[in-house]
Amino acid sequence: MQNYLVAMAVFAGLYALLALGLNVVWGMTGMINLGLAGFFAVGAYASALASKKGGVPIVAGVAAAAVAAAAAGALMAVTTARLRGDYLAIITLGFSEVVRLVASNELWLTNGTDGISGIPGPWRGRVPPTTFNALYLGIVILTVAVIFLACQRLRHSPYGRALRAIRDDDQVASVAGKPVIAFKVQAFALSAAILGVAGALWAHYTSFIAPEAFAPLVTIYIVLALTAGGTGNNVGALVGAVLVVFFMEATRFATGWIGALAPVQIAALREALIGAGLLLVLRLRPHGLVPERIVRVAAPGAEHRVSIGSSR
Amino acid sequence: MLGEVAQLALNGMMAGTILAVPAIGFTAIYAVLRFPNFTVASHLTIGAFAGWVANTALGLPAAAAVAVAFVVAGVAGVVNDELLLKPLRPAGGLTTAIGAVALTIVLENVVRFVFGNDLRGYALPIQRDWQLAGVRIGPQQVQNFALAVVAMTGVFVFLAFTRMGKAMRAVADNPTLASIKGIDADRVARLTNFVAMGLAGVGGMLVGLDTSIDPLTGFRVILSVFAAAVVGGLGSIPGAVVGALTIGVGEELSLLVWAPAYRSVVGFAAILLVLTLRPRGLLGERAY
Repeated sequence: MQNYLVAMAVFAGLYALLALGLNVVWGMTGMINLGLAGFFAVGAYASALASKKGGVPIVAGVAAAAVAAAAAGALMAVTTARLRGDYLAIITLGFSEVVRLVASNELWLTNGTDGISGIPGPWRGRVPPTTFNALYLGIVILTVAVIFLACQRLRHSPYGRALRAIRDDDQVASVAGKPVIAFKVQAFALSAAILGVAGALWAHYTSFIAPEAFAPLVTIYIVLALTAGGTGNNVGALVGAVLVVFFMEATRFATGWIGALAPVQIAALREALIGAGLLLVLRLRPHGLVPERIVRVAAPGAEHRVSIGSSR
Repeated sequence: MLGEVAQLALNGMMAGTILAVPAIGFTAIYAVLRFPNFTVASHLTIGAFAGWVANTALGLPAAAAVAVAFVVAGVAGVVNDELLLKPLRPAGGLTTAIGAVALTIVLENVVRFVFGNDLRGYALPIQRDWQLAGVRIGPQQVQNFALAVVAMTGVFVFLAFTRMGKAMRAVADNPTLASIKGIDADRVARLTNFVAMGLAGVGGMLVGLDTSIDPLTGFRVILSVFAAAVVGGLGSIPGAVVGALTIGVGEELSLLVWAPAYRSVVGFAAILLVLTLRPRGLLGERAY
């Protein structure tokens, strides 16, 4: 039971990282990414391959994951930077499918659908499994804390304000002299790097990765986490991640209680519930449980107001 | 070698014509409602399964079962949009796109819940392939091609000559102006959804007739559908046809250099290439 709770806490931490990563593009810059699972996968594979086949230290593998995911993200953003957001939606969704195809078919590199096993973890094998789990939870919490603080810093910095300006109206930002395209590409790459780090941490924790783990459903989990918590808000990303893990586990137990269903039906029911959960949140609480708050300094003569959300 | 290329090009034309059917659906919804409706994937699957039930359980021939696929997927499209996606539209196109991905997952799993994960094949008469100048062609292929052409001709006639078709084009072109002229945007949206998702359903069944179907049928085709729509010019119906033929032939010709598993990567590569060189697509956005 204790192991189970620690594992869930690790997953919640990883989802928090993913939600923070998504928040940098979707929440702060207003760019969509429907291929989160793909960037997560790129990070996981990059770090797994670098540390297992390349023999580099795990920390270097995680760095490689961030670089690889950021490069992929930058490519997607450059290709669609001048176009409507719909193109980015299409291209990122396509990207995640391509990643899965490549991972399933390049046997020499990824071992195909059998996946890569025996991915090294910090101190794995040298300490008892319980200690490993606890240590890993510490590493994840530390990473989440660092990235959370960095994201908060980003949000309140002039750079973050420029990103929000682009989100709210990129033409105005452009007229104000901001290099909009450079900002968009950087934000997307930065976000992808965070997703990649989450993927790497996941690979080193579970020690096994396979293409089917990176299905579009993962993207739904992450979007659900951020939307439920509060888009645009880093605290919301953390809250949402915990909620999503809780919700996922709740559906596991709830569907377990229903008798007379085939395993495939239970799996289908759970996936459908998670999709339905996102639809419900989008409908009922589009700004999430912890809505973004931007206190605007009143212009002379104008009334002071607190604006919630944005005109996206 | 030349014979092989001719064979692949022919297969590509056939596959491209089938691909054009759901691609028209995807691009039509984009033109009228201004968001990428990813639920085309699940309505493709829904149509494929509706046609399969009509074909195997009710014993209808494939050509009649396609009509069932159209109606069932079309009705499902209207209902799903009215109940689930339409309320999200005021929040913006991208929010609706996210909702569409969530809805796709839900619908795919509803199909999985009912039918399971097994591969299913249609009940088709076994026919010998024809040989023409060293190129093989199957009677079923020809029938699928003909069905796709009939469906597309229907759409073109509808858009070009009927009052409602003209209203659809008007809303796609300029929603404000259309509403000033008294066109009911809601009705047009419903009709667009019915026709577009119906076409997705027909496309799903035609894809299934070639191979077999399972709950992921739609998701496997969707990358090619996006590619067809983007390559031709998102929102352009003739563009979707041109794009689909390009992607269809490109995917088949890729077999000369790549493993079959990478067929759908061709579509993705084509999207990247077109967006880099000619972002509005081959025919340009909003061409009719």
